[in-house]
Amino acid sequence: MFITHEEEKVKRTRHIISLLMENETGALSRVSGLFSQRGYNIESLTVAPTDDPTMSRMTVVTKGNDASIEQIIKQLNKLVDIVKVMELSDYSHIEREIMFVKVAATNMESCASIKRMADIFRANVIDVKNKMYTIEITGRPDKLDGFLETMEDHKVVEVVRSGAMGITRGSNALKI
Amino acid sequence: MKLSGAEIFIECLKAENVDTIFGYPGGAVLFLYDELYKAEERGDIRHILARHEQGAVHGAEGYAKSTDKPGVAIVTSGPGATNAVTGIADAYMDSVPLVVITGQVPLSLVGKDSFQEIDIVGITRPCVKHNFIVTKIEDIAPTMRKAFYLATTGRPGPVLVDIPKNLTDPKVEKIKFDYPKDLIMRSYQPTIKGNKKQIKKALEMIANAKKPVLYAGGGVVSSKAHNELTEFGRAFNLPVTNTLMGLGTYPSNDKQYIGMLGMHGTFEANRAMHYADLIICVGARFDDRVTGDLNKFSPDAKVIHIDIDPASISKNVKAHNPIVGDVKEVLTSMFAMMKEQKIKPDTNAFDAWWKEIKTWQSEDCLSYDQDDKIIKAQYVVEKLWGVTNGDSYVASDVGQHQMFAAQYYRFNKPNRWINSGGLGTMGFGLPAAMGVQLAHPEEVVNVITGDGSIQMCIQELGTCKQYNLPLNIINLNNGYLGMVRQWQEFFYEERYAMTYNQSLPDFVKLAEAYGHVGVRIEKPSDVEGALREAIKDTKRLHFLDFVVEEQGNVYPMIPAGYGHNEMYLTKQDAIDDMNGKKK
Repeated sequence: MFITHEEEKVKRTRHIISLLMENETGALSRVSGLFSQRGYNIESLTVAPTDDPTMSRMTVVTKGNDASIEQIIKQLNKLVDIVKVMELSDYSHIEREIMFVKVAATNMESCASIKRMADIFRANVIDVKNKMYTIEITGRPDKLDGFLETMEDHKVVEVVRSGAMGITRGSNALKI
Repeated sequence: MKLSGAEIFIECLKAENVDTIFGYPGGAVLFLYDELYKAEERGDIRHILARHEQGAVHGAEGYAKSTDKPGVAIVTSGPGATNAVTGIADAYMDSVPLVVITGQVPLSLVGKDSFQEIDIVGITRPCVKHNFIVTKIEDIAPTMRKAFYLATTGRPGPVLVDIPKNLTDPKVEKIKFDYPKDLIMRSYQPTIKGNKKQIKKALEMIANAKKPVLYAGGGVVSSKAHNELTEFGRAFNLPVTNTLMGLGTYPSNDKQYIGMLGMHGTFEANRAMHYADLIICVGARFDDRVTGDLNKFSPDAKVIHIDIDPASISKNVKAHNPIVGDVKEVLTSMFAMMKEQKIKPDTNAFDAWWKEIKTWQSEDCLSYDQDDKIIKAQYVVEKLWGVTNGDSYVASDVGQHQMFAAQYYRFNKPNRWINSGGLGTMGFGLPAAMGVQLAHPEEVVNVITGDGSIQMCIQELGTCKQYNLPLNIINLNNGYLGMVRQWQEFFYEERYAMTYNQSLPDFVKLAEAYGHVGVRIEKPSDVEGALREAIKDTKRLHFLDFVVEEQGNVYPMIPAGYGHNEMYLTKQDAIDDMNGKKK
C-alpha cells in the first residue's frame, strides 16, 4: 500500500514535465521552492515566455517513482500561478537540449579531430578565437552527454547546457 | 471621484463585507490606518488592536474558524510582517480562510535593505495559499478581490497582500475606484462536483464492505457539510470517527460516534481503523498524527478519499477510489444516488462489526480516577463540558491540555472547537478565543490552556480588557511543559530537559494586573464552582488557574512508529513496553 524509502530509490525513473504558468513575478520561485520544500529532485529546469506574453512555459526534468511524480504534478497544479501541467513522458514527444562547448585546440591534429567529431554529431563550430573552438550542439540530453565524452581527449574549457525542453508529437498540445 | 490607495483599500474591505479587522499599526501602514480610523468613525469597519502581530493573526483565525467568513489582519512591514508569519503558517496548515495585509516600504526603497524592509512575499511563499505584492495603485482593487476569492474558495487558506507605502499615499496618486465583480482565473478553478462514476463506485464499495469506518476531518467544517455527513453516516449505520480538526462535525452524543482517532484517539476508533476493510475518508488528509506508522496502518483497508484538494489524495495513503470535490456536494450526490439506486449495506456483516467495536468500547479507554486531593486535568475539562451543557466555544493551545480538551469536551456542533492542529502553535488559544468572542459576543467562549502555552501570547490579556471580552481562561497548570515531559518520561528515560516551568508568575495577580478576575483553584471540590462563577459573569474575563496533577499523562497513546493496534492505555502499558513486554 505504501512505498518505502528503499523502494522509492529503486523505482525512480526520469520524467519530463511541461507546464504553462502566468508570467508573473515570483512564479518561477514558487515552482523551484515547491521542489526544494517537498524534497523533489530537479535534473534541469528551463523557462521562457511563450507566443502569448502573459504566459511562460517551463520544462522540468525530474526523477521519481510513480507515486512521487503523481504528487509533483498535483502540487504543481495546486500552485495558483500554474495554468496547466502535462507529463510529456506520458505522450509520444520530442525532446531537445542545446549545449555550447568551448574546447582548446592545442595543435593542428586536435583542430582536425574536434572538427571531425563535431561533424559526426552534427554540431557546428560557431566561433574560433585564440585557438578556442566554440561548438554548438542540439539533441537529446544523452546525445549531448555522448558528445562530451568524445571531447574528453581534448581540453574542455567551458560547457553550458540549456536543460531539456520538449513538445508532444501530433495533435496533443499543452495549450489553454 | 478619485480615491487614494488607502481609500481604495477601505472600499475593498467594505465590498467584501469585512466588519472586523485585526491588526497592529506601524510606519508602512500609516496611510491605511489613517483611513481605518475614518472608517471606524463612520461605523464601517471595527479594528481590533492586538498586542502583538501573532495575536492579531490568530485573532483573525479564531474569527474565521467560528464563522463562515474569512479573517482579516493588517500589520506593518519588517518585524510586523515577520511576527505575523506564525499565524499565517498556522492558517495554512489548518486551511483557514485569511487575508493578511502587510505594509511594505515605498517601492523606491524596495531591495535596498531599507528600515523595516523584509521580503515578506518571499518569506511566506511556502506557507500561504497565494501571495501578492502590489506594484501599482490600479492593482490594489483587483488584487484584493483575488485575495478574498482565493482565501475562501476551493481548499481555504491564507492569502497575503503586500502593499508598498507609496501606493497608499493620497499625495502621490489618486484613481477612480472600480471593484471587479466577476472574477475568472484561468489558473485557478477548483473542482467542486465529484465524478459520478467514482461516486457510484464508492457506493458499491460501501455495499460490499464488511467492516467500514467513516473518517471525517476539518474539510467537513470548511465545507459546512456536517448535516450531510451525519445523514450519510446514519443511513449506512457506519461507525464514525473524527480527526482533531473535524471534532463536532458528527455529533459526539450519537451512538455511532466512536471518538477521535490518532495518536491520542480512543481505543475503539483506532482499533476500528486498524481492522477496517473500508475507510471512507471525508475531508481529512491521513496526517501522521492520525496514521502512526504508515507501514502498519490499516493493513486490510480499501480507501475512498473525498477531498477538494487533489494533492491531499494518495499523498500519504493510496486511495483506491479518489473523489475530488467539495465534500458537501459529493456527500449530497452520494446520498441521492444511494436512495435512487436503493443501495444497502451488508446488515449482517455490519452487525458483527458493531459487536466487535462494542467490545473495544467496553475498555472505557478514557476513564480516570479523580480523588479528593489533587485535581486531574481531565476532570476540569469534563466539568467544563458539563456546566456549559456541551455547547460553548472552546479554543485551545497546544499540548496535553489540548488533547484532554479534544477527548473530554464532547462537541456536537462544528465551529465550536478552535485549535491549532497542523502547525501545533503554542500561544494560539487566547488570541484565537478573542476572535471567537468578537464574532459571537453573546456566547460563552473558553480557552483551555496550560502554564507553558498561555505565556506565549499572554500579552493579549490587554486586548481582552480593551474590548471587554469576557473569556473564561482555564489554565491547566501542572508546572511542566506536559506533553514534552510525557515524551521524556516514556522515551528519554525521565530526563526532563527544560520542561519544568521554573519561576511561573502568579497568574492570579497577573490577571488582576490586566484588570481581570484571577482565581487559583487547588481542590477538586472547588472546580465546578469556579467554572460556574466564571461562566455566569458575562462582563469580565476570569483567569482560572487550576493547579492540576504534576506528572499526569495523556492516554490512550500510540507512540511514534507504532501501529493503531499497539496503543498505551495506561502507564503500565508504557512501562511494560519499555521493559520489552509489549501487550
